[in-house]
Amino acid sequence: MPQAVNVNAAAGERLIFEQGQPGRANSYFPNGRSAGDFLPDDLLRPELPLPDNSELDVVRHFTRLSQRTFAIDVGFYPLGSCTMKYNPRINEAMAALPGFKDLHPYAPDELAQGALRVMYELERSLSSIFGMAAFSLNPAAGAHAELTALLIAKAYFSKRGEGNSRTTVIVPDTAHGTNPASAAMVGYKVISLKSDERGRVGVEALKEVLGDDTAVCMMTNPNTLGLFEDHIHEIAAAVHAAGGLMYYDGANANALMGNARPGDMGFDLMHLNLHKTFSIPHGGGGAGHGPVGVAEHLVPFLPAPTVTRDAEGAFALDFSSPDSIGMMRSFWSNFSHAVRALTYIYANGGEGLTRISQLAVLNANYVRAQVKEFLHTPYDEACRHEFVASAQELKRETGVKALDIAKALLDRGYHAPTVYFPLLVPECLMIEPTETESKETLDAFVSALREIVENAKSDPEAVMAAPLNTVVGRIDETRAARQPDLRFE
Amino acid sequence: MAQPDGLLYSKEHEWLKVEGDSATVGITDYAQNSLGDIVYVELPRVGQTIKQFASIGVVESVKAVSDLFTPIGGEVTEINAALEADPALVNRDAFGDGWLYKVKLTDPGESAHLLGPAEYDALVAEAAH
Amino acid sequence: MSYTPHTEADIEAMLRVAGAASLEELVRVPEAVALKGPLDIPPALPEMELADTLRGYANQNGALEYTSFLGAGAYRHYCPPVVMSLAMRGEFLTAYTPYQAEVSQGYLQAIYEWQTYICRLTGLDLANASVYDGATALAESAIMAVNANGRRAILVSAAVHPNYRTVLRTYARGLDLDVEELPAGVDGRTDFSTLEARLADKRFAAVVVQSPNFFGVVDAPGASAQAAIKNTGTVLVGVVAEAMSLGVLATPASWGADIAAGEGQSFGNPVAYGGPYVGFIATTKEHMRRIPGRLVGRSVDNRGNTAYVLTLQAREQHIRREKATSNICTNQAHCALVATIYLAALGATGLRRAAVLNLARTAALGAAVTAVPGFTRAFESPVFNEIAIRVPAGLTAARVLAEVRREKILGGVDLGRWYPHLADCILMNATELTTDAQIAALAAALARIAAQEGSALHAASR
Repeated sequence: MPQAVNVNAAAGERLIFEQGQPGRANSYFPNGRSAGDFLPDDLLRPELPLPDNSELDVVRHFTRLSQRTFAIDVGFYPLGSCTMKYNPRINEAMAALPGFKDLHPYAPDELAQGALRVMYELERSLSSIFGMAAFSLNPAAGAHAELTALLIAKAYFSKRGEGNSRTTVIVPDTAHGTNPASAAMVGYKVISLKSDERGRVGVEALKEVLGDDTAVCMMTNPNTLGLFEDHIHEIAAAVHAAGGLMYYDGANANALMGNARPGDMGFDLMHLNLHKTFSIPHGGGGAGHGPVGVAEHLVPFLPAPTVTRDAEGAFALDFSSPDSIGMMRSFWSNFSHAVRALTYIYANGGEGLTRISQLAVLNANYVRAQVKEFLHTPYDEACRHEFVASAQELKRETGVKALDIAKALLDRGYHAPTVYFPLLVPECLMIEPTETESKETLDAFVSALREIVENAKSDPEAVMAAPLNTVVGRIDETRAARQPDLRFE
Repeated sequence: MAQPDGLLYSKEHEWLKVEGDSATVGITDYAQNSLGDIVYVELPRVGQTIKQFASIGVVESVKAVSDLFTPIGGEVTEINAALEADPALVNRDAFGDGWLYKVKLTDPGESAHLLGPAEYDALVAEAAH
Repeated sequence: MSYTPHTEADIEAMLRVAGAASLEELVRVPEAVALKGPLDIPPALPEMELADTLRGYANQNGALEYTSFLGAGAYRHYCPPVVMSLAMRGEFLTAYTPYQAEVSQGYLQAIYEWQTYICRLTGLDLANASVYDGATALAESAIMAVNANGRRAILVSAAVHPNYRTVLRTYARGLDLDVEELPAGVDGRTDFSTLEARLADKRFAAVVVQSPNFFGVVDAPGASAQAAIKNTGTVLVGVVAEAMSLGVLATPASWGADIAAGEGQSFGNPVAYGGPYVGFIATTKEHMRRIPGRLVGRSVDNRGNTAYVLTLQAREQHIRREKATSNICTNQAHCALVATIYLAALGATGLRRAAVLNLARTAALGAAVTAVPGFTRAFESPVFNEIAIRVPAGLTAARVLAEVRREKILGGVDLGRWYPHLADCILMNATELTTDAQIAALAAALARIAAQEGSALHAASR
């Protein structure tokens, strides 16, 4: 069985603070003065309790830590809702160009035309791909973009005199947790809408909760069950008839490119996760990039700055919109990621992006058609870029849960799928292969999963003991929460 | 775990022990078992006035949070200070040392809206399906 | 290039298993929402050509050829190459959020180390795994304060970075919180004279002060200001926009900050036209459950090994949903990793040396510039690595910057952009990278301007 992470990483790794010697300094800087030469003592810190380590020890420490870390570069992530596709290295090379990397945000516009062009072209491209009037590249992540969009909605309704009456946000019960959390940060009350027996938002059920108090309906399409909301047109019409706005959570945008656009479906607001759909690396949890897109009537409310182009073709940062909601961050965007995303768009063009979505959907269906033979897949129909399976029956028969299956996959060199989300499906496993995985990888994954389910039936204890082949086993999370140890003393 | 006598229950799996015009509130053994290892309990403040069935706190386990809906209304007179350092008390002894808070009742008649032991047992039996 | 490995034979075989006749069938959507027409985006370029095109854009950023004294919240520092060579390892770059802890021990440990570094640098008890940047760290800290004491207003110093204040107001509007300001005094520090009176009715959840502040001035509240804040149950949020200053300056904890909200970009992350950067939030044990974002904790596994894991997740959006402390999900993990490796490589010795160099270069810059007739320091107060320079009478900061730009120097930012009464002041930043030659070039350029103006005025007054 392949090791889950590289060899020689089994021994525990000391903390950087447990290594080093005071004065074991690397000579990056000239020495000479002291802080006391420039500032009075009462402004200075008496000590700086950080370890000094040699460069070689630093290299070994972090190299070994990297060897204890699973990544796309190491193996397959069937993680539903995360779109763990390959992160192309050309993106990294372009982002690292000094002309981009070393450019100060307060460089005058005339001396930053290349960077402004990147932002402008990315914004124009995303607007076309997703059918929106304009995008802002300000938000640093999907959740940040959701917050931005809801602040835009709030400002829009305020301007129309409906700020105090439009107080609720409708969210399907399959929604990602950031949706209601973002709504709460804008003081909106959240109404959770139960999905129908087909796993979709039912138009009639929706109409029952729509009203004069409806501000926004937040949805994703395909939804988190991997199913296309085929009544989206009627849903949008109903929300608009009630005077509300439609918001598209772009987490599942990888299923649609070149084929359907949120703007055409009636969405007024949307966000994208460029660290999902547009191949920007996840980096262990960020930095992300979450552009927010709007329909024409919401353009004036976008956060500042936007990027404009004048008649002579000169680009500029524009802070002037009087209705702008303000700023969402200290500067203009996670610009290095804008470079990566534009590089990806240039590498693919419209045809390439269309093919990406098609093959993402093919891969998911290919896996689903096989997995349904040994695991229950509720919603027995073709899926889009992801699908859900349930270990509920397996749990009843054998005691083995979704969590145990996840841990058993770690032993076989795979990352686990998303588990226990969406909440709607008990013992849920959400699988999204993405388009960059080959048929051989998918076949091997399906075999591994089949084997685990078979083992669950013949030797459930073994499955529940997983993982055994990783540098640590299951962790005492209760202790971590009851006795928080969040820093090295 | 056998339920102690003299308790009333809410549909949200809280228990209530009335003593005169005062009551003690906790969550049931079924509730603590469903939640798993409890890591933190967010209780109402002493002196706070609470309304029957309002959401007045939270019970956190490692992977989940559960709202606490008070089975009865009144003024909070005492909270179980031991839970700050040892939230596991709720898991170990939900009906006893794991009590959550005490209330001075505004309207003892409110207990008519609660379930008796047999009704609560039936609720739990159904939930287990 | 779409990085899809499928051959035609693969697709055929897979379609068969999937039970579909074609790719089009699998992605079919109702006619009403189907895309009609091609996408209006550039055509695909082979990698060789695309690299050429992007390089062309990078070369259109002329600012790189100029000597720069730009700071104002984004700082040019020396990052040893060892940092990126480690941070860009594929395991770190392409890892997912460490929810499956058993296969993420390396990254989790690195984040635990980041948390520890931030605690030691700020003097506070605990820190989170990062937020988007310093401005959003401030906004989230203000929300923490509101959740702590239930009050609905924030009092922020006018000497806090203007963009940070704008972000705070943007977030505050979402929650109908009031934001009011404390003025900056003529010494460039926050004017705390009205503080006690304004805090008396306990309306403010928090007081927000930045040190060094936007003018580069060390601006920690003194004992009486600290007492006024503490005695009224108000939370003190200390903002640090230039993390390098933590190498030498007294910690936010030492001047009474309950929460430190800051920007870690200076630790190894390039200025990159504004992002990605890395925000940090550190606080006391009292506010542990209110802190947004991820926290890495140390525990043990079922074999008795030390093990790291994301903890106290019940605060976060994926569990708490609308009751979460914040909606934050993806953070700036990789930028925090860069900062952690930077701090590990520099150590206390290196960080101290770098910070002292910032003090030294800024002192040299200040001396050289104020030696030019007509140019003076706007504020006499101690600074870290930025100074506000007042230009000669009759001139504006904008005019001087335009002149200096003709000599291929970016002299700083025009403070008049945000502070109308400081339209004659330039904010200049010097770091360990600023050389004597650069300073001399700037001083010479300023001297030429002073001379021209002198002779122009002389001519005008005839």
